[in-house]
Amino acid sequence: MTTETQHLPERRPDWLWHAGVAAFVVGWWLIYRQLIPFSEWLTSLLPVDRHSHAGEAIAFFLYDTPKVMMLLTLIVFAMGVVRSFFSPEKTRALLSGKREGVGNVMAAALGIVTPFCSCSAVPLFIGFVSAGVPLGVTFSFLVAAPMVNEVAVFLLWGLVGWQVAAIYLVFGLMVAIVAGWMIGRFHLEGWLQDWVRDIHAGTADLDIPDKNLSMPDRYRMGIEAVREIVGKVWVWIILGISLGALIHGYVPEDLMARIMGVDAWWSVPAAVVIGIPMYTNAAGVIPIVEALLAKGAALGTVLAFMMSVIALSLPEMLILRQVLTLRLIAVFVGVVGSGILAVGFLFNAIF
Amino acid sequence: MDIKVYGPGCKRCETTEQMVREAAAKLGIEAQVEKVTDPRQIAMAGVMSTPGIAVNGKLVHAGGLPDPAKLEGWLQNG
Repeated sequence: MTTETQHLPERRPDWLWHAGVAAFVVGWWLIYRQLIPFSEWLTSLLPVDRHSHAGEAIAFFLYDTPKVMMLLTLIVFAMGVVRSFFSPEKTRALLSGKREGVGNVMAAALGIVTPFCSCSAVPLFIGFVSAGVPLGVTFSFLVAAPMVNEVAVFLLWGLVGWQVAAIYLVFGLMVAIVAGWMIGRFHLEGWLQDWVRDIHAGTADLDIPDKNLSMPDRYRMGIEAVREIVGKVWVWIILGISLGALIHGYVPEDLMARIMGVDAWWSVPAAVVIGIPMYTNAAGVIPIVEALLAKGAALGTVLAFMMSVIALSLPEMLILRQVLTLRLIAVFVGVVGSGILAVGFLFNAIF
Repeated sequence: MDIKVYGPGCKRCETTEQMVREAAAKLGIEAQVEKVTDPRQIAMAGVMSTPGIAVNGKLVHAGGLPDPAKLEGWLQNG
């Protein structure tokens, strides 16, 4: 440890960091409140009629882009700080040897806060299974981690409303818990790739350095998360908002109600199927969700579409193909897809 | 010195490899830096979140970009 401290750059005092973060949040709030007048003013400068199709689409784009970017920055920063208290290693230790049931619930909940990137899904999967985390519990984690993430929940809150965000959170967790539990009941350990069963993953007892992180360290991790995630997803966001703006401006309301409305029962399975090959980040799909809902699409159908886009993605399945046999992937898609269908139909029936 | 960087090939893993090479060069340490991309070997090394770094067979880091100051510390102690 002594050699490490010698090389650390000179540190600013903690209070300066706290004050800086507080000032940032206040400044953020002041700017955020001015977004509607600002976007209206910007739209009025353009040579289009505000109430024409193009005017509606442009106003939507000019308002949503800064709004989503600002929300995303704040959320990612806050979660970067929160996540510095968690790690896959800690999560594994909490889950190993847990019974199914309790384990599925814990795994889904930990999926929200544990840092996870789909590029390390394979080592994480093996790390879990080889440390005695039951297969079904591992799946609960793998479903919840991308789907019920903070970006999805807080962006839904900011763009669509807290009720929809809460519904998404609760039912996303339920899909992850039930799907994982069912996969566990099927006892499909034999359907892993051969080499995964034989492997004895090293359980190198890492002296994880996050044990003695200071608050400024955690702030720095938050800033790092913002730089990395916002830098990666901004393209998806612009694409999503553009699509949302086109829907908002040009798609007639009765058309949307007809093809994605409550009465079109087939729209739920169609939304799930369309969602699978679509690959975008949660941040990219939510502006589309916002525009669809505003045009009279049914809540259940839209939720099913969103869950399918995020939870069942083709690239992630290709990654998991390295550890799972095709049969197991088919079961995974079948079980999770059925859960999403159930959520879609349930909400279309209730509302 | 034998250094392994574990990662399936995402951007952060490449950045990490670059950081390790630069740190070794800066400290004047002669190091063989190997990039391990095979998921089996990554798992067997006990890495669950990538990128991971092992110095002379001992895992010193897993998950996210390493802190430059700490990285130099590992290389000097390794």
